[in-house]
Amino acid sequence: MSEPQSPANARAGDELIEETPFTATAAANAPSAQAAGGRSFLPKSTLLRHLLILVLSAVGAVILLEVTDPFTNSQLASLTYYAIAAGGLTVLTGMNGQISLGHGALMAVGAYTTALFLGVDGEPLPLPVIFLVAVAISTIVGALVGVAAARLHGPYLAGATLALAVGLPGLALYFRDTLGGEQGLRVRAPEPPASFTNFIDLVSGNPASGTKWLAYVGVICLLITFFLLANLVRSRIGRTWRAVRDQEVAAELAGIDLGAWRVLAFVVSAACAGLAGAVLALVVRLAAPSGFTLVLSLALLTAIVIGGLGSLLGALLGSALLVFLPPFVTNLGGDFGLDQTKAAQLAPFVYGVVLIVAMIFAPAGIVGTIRLRWMTARAKRAVAGRAAHGG
Amino acid sequence: MSRSSRRLVTVLAAVTVASTLAACGGSNDNGGGGGSTANEASDTGVTADTIKIGSHYPLTGVAAPGYSTIPLGAQAYFDYVNKNGGVNGRKIDWVYKDDAYNPTNTSQVVNELVLKDEVFAIMGGLGTPTHSAVVDFLNSEGVPDLFVASGSRLWGEDPKKNPDTFGWQTDYESEGKIIGQYIAQKFPNAKVGLFLQDDDFGQDGEKGVRQFIDKQVVSAQRYTPGNTAVGPQIAALKAAGADFVVGFNVPAYTALSQLTALQLGFKPQWFYSNVGSDPTLVGALLNNFSQGKVADASSLEGTITTAYLPTVDHPDDPWVQLFQKVWDASGQTGPMSNYHIYGMSQAYTMVQALQAAGQNPTRKSLMDAVEKAGADWKGPGLAPFRYSADSHMGIGGMSVVQISGTSTKELQPVMTTDLGDAKIQAYDGKESTPPSSGIPDEKAAK
Repeated sequence: MSEPQSPANARAGDELIEETPFTATAAANAPSAQAAGGRSFLPKSTLLRHLLILVLSAVGAVILLEVTDPFTNSQLASLTYYAIAAGGLTVLTGMNGQISLGHGALMAVGAYTTALFLGVDGEPLPLPVIFLVAVAISTIVGALVGVAAARLHGPYLAGATLALAVGLPGLALYFRDTLGGEQGLRVRAPEPPASFTNFIDLVSGNPASGTKWLAYVGVICLLITFFLLANLVRSRIGRTWRAVRDQEVAAELAGIDLGAWRVLAFVVSAACAGLAGAVLALVVRLAAPSGFTLVLSLALLTAIVIGGLGSLLGALLGSALLVFLPPFVTNLGGDFGLDQTKAAQLAPFVYGVVLIVAMIFAPAGIVGTIRLRWMTARAKRAVAGRAAHGG
Repeated sequence: MSRSSRRLVTVLAAVTVASTLAACGGSNDNGGGGGSTANEASDTGVTADTIKIGSHYPLTGVAAPGYSTIPLGAQAYFDYVNKNGGVNGRKIDWVYKDDAYNPTNTSQVVNELVLKDEVFAIMGGLGTPTHSAVVDFLNSEGVPDLFVASGSRLWGEDPKKNPDTFGWQTDYESEGKIIGQYIAQKFPNAKVGLFLQDDDFGQDGEKGVRQFIDKQVVSAQRYTPGNTAVGPQIAALKAAGADFVVGFNVPAYTALSQLTALQLGFKPQWFYSNVGSDPTLVGALLNNFSQGKVADASSLEGTITTAYLPTVDHPDDPWVQLFQKVWDASGQTGPMSNYHIYGMSQAYTMVQALQAAGQNPTRKSLMDAVEKAGADWKGPGLAPFRYSADSHMGIGGMSVVQISGTSTKELQPVMTTDLGDAKIQAYDGKESTPPSSGIPDEKAAK
């Protein structure tokens, strides 16, 4: 049983802010419906609102992919697999309060499944089917881990999932004949279908290259995943997860089976990791153990922490940082006259500095900090308004 | 949180977002300048006065020691060539990026090299798992993928599958064969133990060795890269009665196997493959792993290894003299190492290839040139390349040498061979010497 967490209200000026969330997960607690304010143009129904956002994001993504150059397309493809996995992890960590250092290994499950199914002799299954199989298998692995994880807490859970991250890639070496050993399985991405070529031709007239096709596959997977996750966390399931996270005792008194809900969170999160792994295998064109080291799991964790725990937008921003910051810093270092080796060594250093600075000055992450400020400002206005009317 | 620190947080968040967006924007401004001399911008990455060549190396992370200095050697040689007029009047623009020995990163940086930096060719991409991730991409984009820095058979054994990819160094299987035959002839009574990295490096090496001394092998032990406890493997070799151990392992495991053998009082004759035998690096690693108790590589005294390039411990070798001159002129700090020589040797071959590709090289003419003329090039390699329409394998031979003090002495001159059951033959070619200018002068291949 964990210690009851101290309500954040205590230090943030009690009656001013009735709904202040815990700082660390500030980003997680978006209002379930548009808060009473009513100045929104978005529909009131959660599903409709999310559908609208989905359509707008899809249009935005197509525009983004068509105005940027092929290299940025390939970076965006990398962004999608990080974001899918980070989205799943942020649901687990930000919403349900469980930590996982093993998501890199779950991505490996998805990636190897995809590689094996695409590598069969003859015509491979259609891509969506392979993705579903990858999701299903990583879900099963996630369920097994989740059952163990449901009984563990904090550092113990971190330790158990760490073992997964370290151990699972080793299977690829042990079953060398099937899984390709250290050098891994090469993945040949299927050719883009004719409809895709026609679509790109219609929209922009750009050449429909393999890189572009993979970026679109990643974006489609990302949008579907985030749409489903967003609906899930605004539903009864999401509220229950938050109840489990914030006050175990209260949640148990309310009749919530803590273990079962924890396992469910882990399973959902593992499914996302599996899909992310599948996209990664396509984009990287390889599933090899050295691509799924502990560094990957830690990178995902830092992405959601910097972006804002529990927020899908935060997961996306954190992943963008993972993909765009290192080349940006390296090129900047080169422009300042460092040789290429030193410039390359600068990238992990700057990433570390960004992480430390974010932890000191913005422990709620990018999204959480902005949301906290916005809520504080609103509460102050409300108080000021009340005061003006004579309390 | 105070008001001011909250403001700082916002500013910070804004800066982070802005920098991310800036990175998103990407730059696309590396337009090729066109001159109107005899030199034309004949293909991607080639302008009238520059040729852009790219590569990926582990500059950070676990594989960085040693390997991260290879591109500095190549840089030194390209600088030397550029200072002396370049290749057909074009300066070589050498761009290399860090992949931290992680294939996911390799795929990203090679995308950057090909799609954004628009390099003419990739040269010397390092590592088997890392380069595996980009072979299909490079071949589908038609980018010449020259001189991969790994001894895997993948790069050259099937040119029909990967027509744009070429190996460079002696492959592990051929090395295993030469080692196996040497043991069969010189140590016919040795009980041989094998200490193998558990991937195709170890596998190919073992295959080659066993072709000659299958009956002499008393035990084959494998280690997983990353797991630093090799006690069980070394103890098993000792228990099997091995008095001669052949190691197909990377330098870190040379150091680990030496330290473990010291602890166990196990003193066989060691034979390390070329990859794991650089005495300078192994000495530094021994010092590091034993926390100063073993200060240098003196435990490697008498150890046998192989060579396909000249090494720094032979300052009289004309190639080493050339490279020393190039290294000193480069203005880079520190003494020249065997890794620098490796980088310079690859750069030398690259210059030969660019010269042979003609006045206005295209990607196709470059690859054709390597395939047609590469086997005849004289260079620092101890044996010639095997390039042909049917094979893209690199240097096809090795000598056997013994470490003695800080130098090595030759036990067996260069033997050449190839994959499978190709015969091992004494190399009858003359030892090559560098041209006096230090820059090759290849004619355009027909």
